[in-house]
Amino acid sequence: MPVNAPTPKPGATDPSVIRNFCIIAHIDHGKSTLADRMLQQTGVVDDRAMRAQYLDRMDIERERGITIKSQAVRLPYRAVDGADYVLNMIDTPGHVDFTYEVSRSLAACEGAVLLVDAAQGIEAQTLANLYLALENDLTIIPVLNKIDLPAAQPEKYAAELAHIIGCSPDDVLLVSAKTGIGVGELLEEIVASIPAPVGDASAPARAMIFDSVYDTYRGVVTYVRVIDGHISKRERIQMMSTGAVHELLEVGVISPEPVPAAGLGVGEVGYLITGVKDVRQSRVGDTVTSERSGATEALGGYQDPKPMVFSGLYPIDGSDYPELRDALDKLKLNDAALVYEPETSLALGFGFRCGFLGLLHMEIVRERLEREANLDLISTAPNVIYRVVLDDDKEIVVTNPSEFPTQKVSRIYEPIVKSTIILPSEFVGTVMELCQQRRGTLLGMDYLSEDRVEMRYTLPLAEIVFDFFDALKSRTRGYASLDYELTGEQDADLVKVDILLHGDPVDAFSAIVHRDKAMAYGTMMTSKLKELIPRQQFEVPIQAAIGSRVITRETIRAIRKDVLAKCYGGDISRKRKLLEKQKEGKKRMKMVGRVEVPQEAFVAALSTTEPPKK
Amino acid sequence: MYVHVPFCASRCGYCDFNTYTATELGDSVHRDTFHESLIDEIRFARQKISNDPRPVSTVFIGGGTPTLLGADALTSILGSIRDEFRLADDAEVTTEANPDSVDVAMLERLRAGGFTRISLGMQSSSPRVLQVLDRTHTPGASVAAARMARAAGFEHVNLDLIYGTPGESDDDLRRSLDDVISAGVDHVSAYALIVEDGTPLARRVRRGELASPDDDVMADRYLIVDDVLSQAGMHWYEVSNWARPGAECRHNLGYWHGDDWWGIGPGAHGYLAGERWWNVKHPRTYAERLTSGQSPEDGREALTDAEKQTESVMLGVRLAKGMPTEYLPGMTDAIGADLLSRGLVDEQAWAAGRLVLTRAGRLMADAVVRSVLE
Repeated sequence: MPVNAPTPKPGATDPSVIRNFCIIAHIDHGKSTLADRMLQQTGVVDDRAMRAQYLDRMDIERERGITIKSQAVRLPYRAVDGADYVLNMIDTPGHVDFTYEVSRSLAACEGAVLLVDAAQGIEAQTLANLYLALENDLTIIPVLNKIDLPAAQPEKYAAELAHIIGCSPDDVLLVSAKTGIGVGELLEEIVASIPAPVGDASAPARAMIFDSVYDTYRGVVTYVRVIDGHISKRERIQMMSTGAVHELLEVGVISPEPVPAAGLGVGEVGYLITGVKDVRQSRVGDTVTSERSGATEALGGYQDPKPMVFSGLYPIDGSDYPELRDALDKLKLNDAALVYEPETSLALGFGFRCGFLGLLHMEIVRERLEREANLDLISTAPNVIYRVVLDDDKEIVVTNPSEFPTQKVSRIYEPIVKSTIILPSEFVGTVMELCQQRRGTLLGMDYLSEDRVEMRYTLPLAEIVFDFFDALKSRTRGYASLDYELTGEQDADLVKVDILLHGDPVDAFSAIVHRDKAMAYGTMMTSKLKELIPRQQFEVPIQAAIGSRVITRETIRAIRKDVLAKCYGGDISRKRKLLEKQKEGKKRMKMVGRVEVPQEAFVAALSTTEPPKK
Repeated sequence: MYVHVPFCASRCGYCDFNTYTATELGDSVHRDTFHESLIDEIRFARQKISNDPRPVSTVFIGGGTPTLLGADALTSILGSIRDEFRLADDAEVTTEANPDSVDVAMLERLRAGGFTRISLGMQSSSPRVLQVLDRTHTPGASVAAARMARAAGFEHVNLDLIYGTPGESDDDLRRSLDDVISAGVDHVSAYALIVEDGTPLARRVRRGELASPDDDVMADRYLIVDDVLSQAGMHWYEVSNWARPGAECRHNLGYWHGDDWWGIGPGAHGYLAGERWWNVKHPRTYAERLTSGQSPEDGREALTDAEKQTESVMLGVRLAKGMPTEYLPGMTDAIGADLLSRGLVDEQAWAAGRLVLTRAGRLMADAVVRSVLE
C-alpha cells in the first residue's frame, strides 16, 4: 500500500497518468463495497477510518443501500511497474429515474468498470447503463463480484457478459470486494486498458458539470471534469447555459475528503465552490468556462431535467401548509430536478403539484419531507403528463387530472417508454401476459444465456407508474429487473374517470385511464370508499363517472344506531372522555359536501395507487 | 350509595365489569368475610364526610353477583349504611341477584332486612342465546326468580335483557319479552350487546367464531322492545330503561340527574362536590388498604364547569323528560331545524322549549348529544 508516495498534484498532473472511470452496477451488486476496497488499497483511507459504504452520504441512501448522488474520488495509485497514476473514480446512480445524471457521469469518463454479481448475473438497469457507456465509446472492463459466495457461478455469467460486450470470457475479471480478492488486478487493468484523457491544454477552459450537491456549510459543491484548458482558483468562471458568472472560492479534489488545490487541468476531475446556494445554478451537463477569454462552444449533451411523473402533495393538517412550502424550498436547493407549484384541491385543501423524474425520486422526496420536516402528508395518485388536442385543434398540456378539459377532445397523447426486462426464461409467459394487460407492445426478445431472457416492450408510462414493478416482481418471484426510457408519445383512447360522493366530485380521486380500464378503476375506487367512509346520517351514493355518465355505483346506507346502551355511575367519566375525543376527531374530518370523510380514509383510498416501495 | 360486590361463580363472555371468579382470586380473598371490608369503607366514608347531614336516599348493591355473599352479609351491609348515615324513610334499596343463587328464603330475609327492590340478570329466554353469552342459568329460572321475589313481598322487580346477540332471532327476542311480561315485573332494562375490548366475546368475534352484532339489526330489535313493553304498560324513561308509572329506578335517576353518591367496593366510582373518584380494582388490594387504615381510592378528577355541563347534557338528553333547549351549549337554530327535520326530536316538546328524543332520536342519542354540545 503506497503511503507518502510522491503523487502528482491537482492542477499539475500530466493527463497521461490519469484514468477516469466509473462503476456501472446494479443496486446491491457490491459497488460501494468495491469502492471502499479501492479507497483502502490505494491508501486514500486507512483501515481505521474505513467506514462501510464510505461514499454514500445521505441517510436514506444508507438505509436503502442505494447511491443516489454521485461522488468523485481521486485515488493516487502506484502501479506494479512503479509508475504513479491518478485514478478518478466516479460513482454513478443506478436507478432508472436518474438516467440523465448517469449519462453525464459517463461522459466524464474514458472507461467503465462493469460490475456484476457472480451469483445473479446482469440486471436490466445495468444493461441499460452499459449500452449507454458503449454509446459513449467508453472502454469497458467486465468484472464479476462476490466470487467468494458459494452461490457464485463465474463461468456462466462470464460467458453472459462476454456475449453482451463482445469480448472473451477470459477477459472478465473475478473479484470479491468483500475479501479483497482480485482488487489489485482490477486496479492494474484500469491503468492498462482505460485510455488516458485527451484534451487541449492551451485552449479556453471547458469543464463539464456531472454533479452538483448542496452542502449546508459550503453552499453548492459542483463536480466537474476538465476537458480543455485549466480552471484556476480565484478566477471568475461562467456557466455556459445561462451566461451567469461566479467567483471561484475554492477548487480541489476529493481524496476522499475535499483537498483544496490551485486548479484543475486537462483530464482531471474535482470540485468547485462558487458560494451559490442553489443547485439550479450549477446544472448537471452544463459547461463551465472562464469568464475572460472563455470558450465559445459548449460541450454537448446538456439537457434540462424533465419531470415524468406528477403528484399532488398535501399536508394532512391544513395549517402545516407554510411548513410544507418551506420544506420544498429547502429540498429544491439540493434537487435540481424537483419542480412544484401551488395547487388547491376541494377535497384536500392547499398543497402542491410536484413533478419528479420518476417513482423513486417521488418517494425519496416524500420521505425527506416527512422525516426532515416532520410533516404528515397525503399524496394523490401519481400521474403522467398528457397532451390533449381539442376539437378546435388547440392543445393543452395536462399535469393534473382535474385540469382535463371539459370541452370536446379530439385526441389525447400519452408518454410511452421503451422498457427492458431481464428475467428467468420460465417466467416469459406470465410477463408477456402482464405487459399485454398494460397495453404493451413487444419489441423483441433475446436470450442472454440458456435461462435468462431480455424482453423489450413499449409501454405507456401511465401503466408503469401504477404498480407495474410490484406486479413484475411478484410474477417472477422477485427475479425480474426493469429499466425504461421515455421514447415518445402515442395517441390513446383515454378518458377521465371522476369519483362522486353524494353527487359531489372528489378531485383527489379523479384519474385519467384507458377507456377499457375505466370500469375497473371505477369499481375499485367505489368499493374501496364504501369500506373506508363511515356511515353518515343519510344515505351516501358513491359513483364513478365518465363525464356525466355514471359507470358504477355503491351505496353507503344511513346509520340508524349511534347510542351507548348503558350509562351508569361508573361509566360516566369514560363516556364523557369518549365524547370529547369524538369531538376532536371531527376536526380531523374533511367535509366533501355533507359527507364527513376521515383523513385516514383519504390516505387509504389514495394509497392503493401509490408507487410500490422499492 | 352504590356497593360493589366483585364476585361471580363464572365469567360471562361479554362482561367487562370488575368481577372475579373463585379461581381468579385463589386464596387471597375470602368471599364469605368480604362484606366486612365493605363495611370498613362505609365507616371510612362517614368519617371522610362527617359534616354531611344528608341521609341516604337510595342504595344499590351491584356487581358481580351480590347474592353470592348471602342474605346475612347483604343485610349487615345495609345495616351499616343505616347506622352510619341514616336511611331516608322511603329509601329505595336494590340488590342485583342471579337467578341461580336466590331462593324464597333468601328473598324473604332480604325483604325483612329492608331491601325494597330486586334486579335480575335474565338477558334472554333463548337457550341458544344464553349459551353464546355464557349464562349458566336455565331460561325459565329468571322468570321463576322474579315471581319468587314478588311473592316474597318485593313490589319492585327489574329484569335485565340483552338483545342483538349473534345467533339471536327476532322471535327469540319476542319470546323473551313475553316471558318478561308474564313475570309481572314493573321495570325492564334492555341493552344492545356491546363487544367490549379484552373480553372473551371480543376474542371470539375477532377470530371469526362469532359474527359481530349488526347495528341495523339492533336498531330493529330496540324498536321491538319498545313496542312490546309500551303496549304492556311499561314506558321508557331513559334510553335503555322502561318502567310502569312510579316504578322508575330512583338510584339510576340519581346518576342521570348528577346527584351525589358514594361508591363502596373495589373499582367503584363516587361523585361528590363536583369531584369524581374511583377505588382500586382488585379486591385484595382494596381490603388491604382498608385494614391498614388507608383510603381505597385509586384516582380522582375534579370536573371543570365545561365538563360538568357536558355530563349533564350527555345524561339528560337520554331521559324521557329531556332537557330545556336553553341549557344546551351548542344549540343553534340550524341544528334545531336539522334535528327536527330528521325526526330525532319531538316537535311538541320543542315548541315548549325542551329537547325530547323521539324513538329514532333515542337510537341516535350520541349523535344528537354531539351536535348540541359546543
